[in-house]
Amino acid sequence: MTETPPTIDLRLFATFASRSPANASRYPIASGMTVAQVIDTLEIPAAEVKLIFINGVRVQPDAQVHGGERVGLFPPVGGG
Amino acid sequence: MPRHLAEAITARIDPGVAPDGAPRPTLSLAHVHRIARETGTHVRQVELAALHAGVTPERYLRNRQTYDIPDQIRLLEARAAVVGLGGLGGTVIEILARAGVGALVLIDGDRFEAHNLNRQLLCTEAYMGTSKATIAAQRVAAINDAVQATTHTTFLTEENARDLIAECQVVVDCLDTIETRFIVEQAAREAGIPMISAAVAGLTGHVTTIFPGDRGLEMVHGPRHHLKSAKGAEAVLGNLPQTVVMAAAMECSEALKVLTCRTGPSLRNKLWIMDLTDNTFEVLSLV
Repeated sequence: MTETPPTIDLRLFATFASRSPANASRYPIASGMTVAQVIDTLEIPAAEVKLIFINGVRVQPDAQVHGGERVGLFPPVGGG
Repeated sequence: MPRHLAEAITARIDPGVAPDGAPRPTLSLAHVHRIARETGTHVRQVELAALHAGVTPERYLRNRQTYDIPDQIRLLEARAAVVGLGGLGGTVIEILARAGVGALVLIDGDRFEAHNLNRQLLCTEAYMGTSKATIAAQRVAAINDAVQATTHTTFLTEENARDLIAECQVVVDCLDTIETRFIVEQAAREAGIPMISAAVAGLTGHVTTIFPGDRGLEMVHGPRHHLKSAKGAEAVLGNLPQTVVMAAAMECSEALKVLTCRTGPSLRNKLWIMDLTDNTFEVLSLV
């Protein structure tokens, strides 16, 4: 019996929304992956990611996910 | 308080009753204006004199359960700078003027264009090509003549930022470029005052409150020297009226907390985010 891979609840904001995968709310990861690696799988250029949140707290791209986290990604936003 | 002013107010008090049945003496708008005329006193001074006598000017009656008399005095004696008078700024001045923030410094060198009509409350078809700061001052005067509006029809720059926000207790960042926000932050830091900052793109927006000494904008936009472009996602997604008005309202909520010295929860070191695509509203921790 194969184990179900861990998943994260992925939230992509603003211009990233259009790259949100269909399974964003249960996005499969490998436990211990960094957010930077998750971003790679989404084919979003790392330089475009301005803000990363895990479970409501700002983190750096090297923060790890293990499954069950809510992960939010923002591009730069500056309008008024 | 001059005796003639105190007497003029006392003679015109409406006894009034609060929602809980307690007495709530008030002074009607017409009486405020009449007393100002008769005594040669500025409307704001009449309202302040009334408040010091425990009398609520009628125009603030519906704020009174949240902002008591000492709060309203703080607001009327306060000076706030609003930098940028487009989508965010046009809504911010509307709210701050109605709340009775006594002095507003209105800063924007821009003029209205047709593409502002979708979201900028100050912008009407009649004002194409007209100075945003000038129209903002007219709007403030029309809403609340107790509020003293100082107009600067110039863009905020490294050179003038400190002078523009001098004597203010808070600065509300309503700009539309990321780089200039850092100039405002630096000036606010040097002036030792808090700054409220909002940014929007399409249906997404965020707001934060920055005190001097906080890491502030670099927590939201990354370090200033890493900025690649003055604009963000809004260059692609545009700016929508529902998003800017909500973000502006949140900025005002925070600015009014600062000005009334509230010590409860705020957006300091936090980021309020919204996404109206799926009605996400969340307060995130920046530290």
